[in-house]
Amino acid sequence: MTDTVRMTYREALRQGLLAALRRDPTVFLMGEDVGRYGGTYAVSKGFLEEFGEDRIRDAPLSESGFVGAGIGAALNGLKPVVEVMTVNFSLLALDQIVNNAATLRHMSGGQINVPVVIRMTTGGGRQLAAQHSHSLEGWYAHVPGLRIVAPATHADAYGMILAALDDPDPVIIFEHAMLLNVEGELAAEPGPVDLDRAAVRRGGSHATVVTYGGSVPKALEAAGELAKEGIEAEVVDLRSLRPLDDATVMASVRKTHRVVIVDEGWKSGSLSAEIMARIVEQAFFDLDAPMIRVCSEEVPVPYARHLEEAALPQVADVVAAVRQVVA
Amino acid sequence: MIEFTMPSLGADMEEGTFVEWHVKPGDTVARGDVVCVVETQKGAVDVEIWEAGTVVELVAQPGQKIPVGGVMAYLSAPGEKVQAPPVGVHVREESGGREPAPRPPSDAGASAVAISAGAAQRTTRARVSPAARKRASELSVDLAGLTGTGPQGAVTLADVENATARQASRAPEKKASSADAMRAAIAAAMAKSKREIPHYYLGAEIRVDRAMEWLTKRNEPRPVTERVLFAALQLKAVAAALCESPRLNGHFVDGTFRPSGAIHLGVAISMRGGGLVAPAIHDTGTLPLDDLMRHLRDLVQRARQGQLRSSELTDATITVTSLGDLGVSTVYGVIYPPQVALVGFGRPLERPWVEDGRVVVARTIQATLSADHRVTDGMTGAGFLAALDRQFQEPESLA
Repeated sequence: MTDTVRMTYREALRQGLLAALRRDPTVFLMGEDVGRYGGTYAVSKGFLEEFGEDRIRDAPLSESGFVGAGIGAALNGLKPVVEVMTVNFSLLALDQIVNNAATLRHMSGGQINVPVVIRMTTGGGRQLAAQHSHSLEGWYAHVPGLRIVAPATHADAYGMILAALDDPDPVIIFEHAMLLNVEGELAAEPGPVDLDRAAVRRGGSHATVVTYGGSVPKALEAAGELAKEGIEAEVVDLRSLRPLDDATVMASVRKTHRVVIVDEGWKSGSLSAEIMARIVEQAFFDLDAPMIRVCSEEVPVPYARHLEEAALPQVADVVAAVRQVVA
Repeated sequence: MIEFTMPSLGADMEEGTFVEWHVKPGDTVARGDVVCVVETQKGAVDVEIWEAGTVVELVAQPGQKIPVGGVMAYLSAPGEKVQAPPVGVHVREESGGREPAPRPPSDAGASAVAISAGAAQRTTRARVSPAARKRASELSVDLAGLTGTGPQGAVTLADVENATARQASRAPEKKASSADAMRAAIAAAMAKSKREIPHYYLGAEIRVDRAMEWLTKRNEPRPVTERVLFAALQLKAVAAALCESPRLNGHFVDGTFRPSGAIHLGVAISMRGGGLVAPAIHDTGTLPLDDLMRHLRDLVQRARQGQLRSSELTDATITVTSLGDLGVSTVYGVIYPPQVALVGFGRPLERPWVEDGRVVVARTIQATLSADHRVTDGMTGAGFLAALDRQFQEPESLA
């Protein structure tokens, strides 16, 4: 067994970025407060000192501007990592991401590609109210030409940035804010990770819980509680939101025949809806009960703690949903 | 839109298990076509359709239990513009218009009575999970017999597999169960008969010398396959005698007797596996004797192969049962509801017979009539037996 180091998810992200910057001089980090401040979430603390202003670039408060600059740099042979503070703010850069980054390979007939990596935090739970707490990754997962990933583990937090930089096309990494302080084990010498496949984080035979990102620890905690009742829930971490790894999901559905989908996004027109649709298309005859979704309430995420807790998927909600599908 | 519904294939039948379609959407069907097969307690029955049209949608699925009157398919009448049939809820039409989709029973109000009255005639698609449906199909498990334990009472994969395990554990009995079902069907019909029909019984000893000699002579030059059995002559005689006693021929339904213009003799046929059926030979009265024999032969064969048609199971207007082959001298029959009479024949016997003051050897049979006293009295029955006697004395007229 390889040695592991205990650290926070935040530190795993930092170590991954450090490794990326160290292994390739064309990699650079750009975003609001990534340099002198050390990153809004302290992910790039100390980077400016090690790599200098050319590679750790503080950007003005203009998402469209610096994301566009990142895309331009990628077009010209560099490997930019652009940090956007939250997915809510990334909407200012939506034009650059959807109309440029996602399209140029196709519109140029494959002559040019955009190897940009965009990182952003997503999700609620920190009482930051409706303009900083939403989970809009499902919107990005709608768009062909983008690759969307959501690291839920320390190994993915470390490894996905490296894999994303190896990808010749734009990759958006969604880091759930509530994961940042989660402690876990990371291999002392972490191996590479892929960006293609979902992962079964806990095996089980009675129900499948399909989830990703910040909801993975909630699903695992729920599975632990359910196990005390003799209900074995299998937790599938999607990892990649676009493309979706249908094979892993369907394999689990064919085993358990019952499905709960946990997604911090809203239900309407969502990633959770897409997963349901695919299960119905591909594994209808394996379903033994109607599927259930545990999603955020269809309101802008509230500020007040008790309201925010009520609005977001909680462990108890997942437990209740699994009980219902196996009833 | 024509609704093709589950027919009542017996007085006791409440539902049938759909087996298979012989038609598909777009097919044109004519009156009398066999369009599907339905499993009843008396075995598989080829079901005919009585309206011409074009198949629009097949609703019934193999394995599904459908109550009598439940819609199995929608057809468009010739010339009718095809509309999409309603989905999900299959409603039996009371009058011209289709009923609106059923409201939940909790929707109380002025129409509550009407709703509950209609509810008995409604069936909704059974709640079966897709996985359970697929597995049941693989294992040939009849979903209709299962009780669901899943969400909203749905039949789940586990329900199907548990049912299979139960079936496997009592597999040796499985064969007995279809015989049991037939036994149950006979029990229900006969209990209903004895409970509701005030039977009266009349018997007459009838000389059949002339008839049997005539038949033997008639059969002599013929190949074996074209010979007419005495049983066929008996049927012909009954049909002829019935013309004079129309009140023994028909059905007692909803408190009134409905005479039948045509005579469709039901013929009691014992099944090799036990039990019996009494399918009808249509228009027995007008069939020439040789044709009647062919129909009888065909009917017995198909009854034993389980290939009877729905109309044969429902149309009989009176039943004839003959147990002479088994050595029985006299039959005291139980009427098959909703019919109102049953004619029984015993074994032809050589008997001492007084004729013109002398004892002679005569061949006779015991003919009996069981009749429904709600419809006729002994006078009618006596008249029928006298007419039956005359038929046997003038066999030439039966050819």
